Amino acid sequence: MTAPLLILGWGNPSRGDDALGPMLLAALRQSLLAALGDQVELLEDYQLQVEHALDLVGRSRVLLVDASLSAAAPFEVSALQAAPDSSYTTHSLSPQALLQVYQNLQGQTPPPCTLLAIRGSGFELGQPPSPSALAHLAAALSWVRTTWLPAG
Amino acid sequence: MTFALETAAHPEGLRRVAIDPVSRVEGHGKVTLLLDEHHHIQQVRLHIVEFRGFEKFIEGRPYWEVPVMVQRLCGICPVSHHLAAAKAFDRIVGARPVTASATAVRRLMHYGQMLQSHALHFFHLSSPDLLFGFDSDVAKRNIVGVAQAHPEIAKKGILLRKFGQEIIRITSGKRVHGTGAVPGGVNKLVTKQERDSLLHDLPQMLSWAQDAVDIAKALHAQNPALYNQFGSFESNLLSLVRADGAMDLYDGVLRVRDAAGRILFDGVEDQRYLELIEEEVRPWSYMKFPHLRSLGAERGWYRVGPLARVQNCDFIPSERAETERQAFVAWGRGELVHASLAYHWARMIELLHCVEVIGQLLADPALLAGDLVTSGVRQRSGVGMIEAPRGTLIHDYDVGDDDLVTRCNLIVSTTHNNQAMNEAVRSVAREYLDGRELTEGLLNHIEVAIRAYDPCLSCATHALGQMPLDVTLLAADGTRLDQVQKSSTGEFVHVD
Repeated sequence: MTAPLLILGWGNPSRGDDALGPMLLAALRQSLLAALGDQVELLEDYQLQVEHALDLVGRSRVLLVDASLSAAAPFEVSALQAAPDSSYTTHSLSPQALLQVYQNLQGQTPPPCTLLAIRGSGFELGQPPSPSALAHLAAALSWVRTTWLPAG
Repeated sequence: MTFALETAAHPEGLRRVAIDPVSRVEGHGKVTLLLDEHHHIQQVRLHIVEFRGFEKFIEGRPYWEVPVMVQRLCGICPVSHHLAAAKAFDRIVGARPVTASATAVRRLMHYGQMLQSHALHFFHLSSPDLLFGFDSDVAKRNIVGVAQAHPEIAKKGILLRKFGQEIIRITSGKRVHGTGAVPGGVNKLVTKQERDSLLHDLPQMLSWAQDAVDIAKALHAQNPALYNQFGSFESNLLSLVRADGAMDLYDGVLRVRDAAGRILFDGVEDQRYLELIEEEVRPWSYMKFPHLRSLGAERGWYRVGPLARVQNCDFIPSERAETERQAFVAWGRGELVHASLAYHWARMIELLHCVEVIGQLLADPALLAGDLVTSGVRQRSGVGMIEAPRGTLIHDYDVGDDDLVTRCNLIVSTTHNNQAMNEAVRSVAREYLDGRELTEGLLNHIEVAIRAYDPCLSCATHALGQMPLDVTLLAADGTRLDQVQKSSTGEFVHVD
């Protein structure tokens, strides 16, 4: 059965603060399984791609999580609206475009989707997440637990 | 074949511009156009931040970790790196050959990977340009526009990619961070239930793949002038082929054709690639410029990827794709097809081939039963080579007695195509630059040329808030005449 809530995070665990999305999922995975395991699915990938539109099907709410170079510290939360994308490689897809793909594929409005953009600063290969990014992650994690997730 | 990128007729009238490494922001594609004193395009430089530091990152690691770790090179084709590394470490552990079951599972994984990547490229990246035209409204010329105008095409693309991803999940064990291939073999087989689920969807995938080839072919037929000329330039072609000359995307020997179609080199074993290829470092780019050692940098650069593979092989060993290859060859009227847009057509022929091969592999009993791994006499060095979606991928390692990697050299398809991509952008810029101002139309045409090759961009780092493309126009004296940036939402802005 499809879990009503989906948290989809992406990033490269080997590239510094790019790991923030996967790290948030890892932290939740440890603490959530017992309490909310059947209500929440945690999904990780390297990058957002079109087929993730199919992962939105049947959800009541979705949280998308990525590191951000432009978000205000420690994190920004915004309601996502479907919008077209413009890229010249297959190596990126915006969250807004993912919703648009869903809309066109399913012929209906996507479930309510929230973007959690965690501020990062260093994305060098082989570097650990920066101390500031880890502080931002802790704040974001707290927000997910207290605000986005249901009481468990 | 010409080589005018670096050799100006009157270099005294030009100023070299060194690119500050700090400006090479991850995720950017940067293009610098240098004019001569007559305001004609003299030089083009495409700056792509490639696998900066990854080789050093690998060195010092236990070799058995590497096939999993290298998946972090690329979020689009992690499986290609996974398998190329595993093939290299097969050599290290003396597993030559690996078992029939390991070969079957790995091949299935690889053709699933090729399928998903090609479907993503054609249906979701390139089809908006091809279906609507390069000059069409940018607000419409994207996958959303395709989905609205051609919903069935967009849906086929997603479901073809999903099918390929499902093959990867089944063969590698996980949707991401898969561990299916290990040095010396694989760590799991395919279950009968998994195989049957894939077989169930196969006829539909075959039909859609044929539709995709038909679309690409029809586009060429509708506008041959555009498709034959846009970003067209002569080059050598390099790829793996099977020992009998057949297309083989998983294994084989290196073959090179020159621009006229003559075979220059053939049967070069993967372990000897450095006898064929050398890499040149240029001060303005982190990305190396590989070329054929015997021909030198000026004459020895080449293209890899679908356009090279479809024309380098003698035949494709699956019925429908071979029919389509023959139609492609006929389009060239006895000459090689060098147009950049023909990459898309060739890519769809390969997509069709992948679905056919997946069908063949699903009928192989070795997928379901047999030995997983083998080993033999330990070696110190190993090269793994595979045809990744964008072209030939080379992983080359030395391993010490303590099992730690002591040397790593990676040549990825985007690096092979480095010179060719510069040439494609130069060809387009020369034709479409009007005056001394960068227009949105020119930017669009440059993007279309780059898209044909789909370069890997600083793999798997795409934090929110990055700017995807930056084009700068420089006068002969190095003065910046114009600079434009295009955001991920398609916003086109001149930089003050």
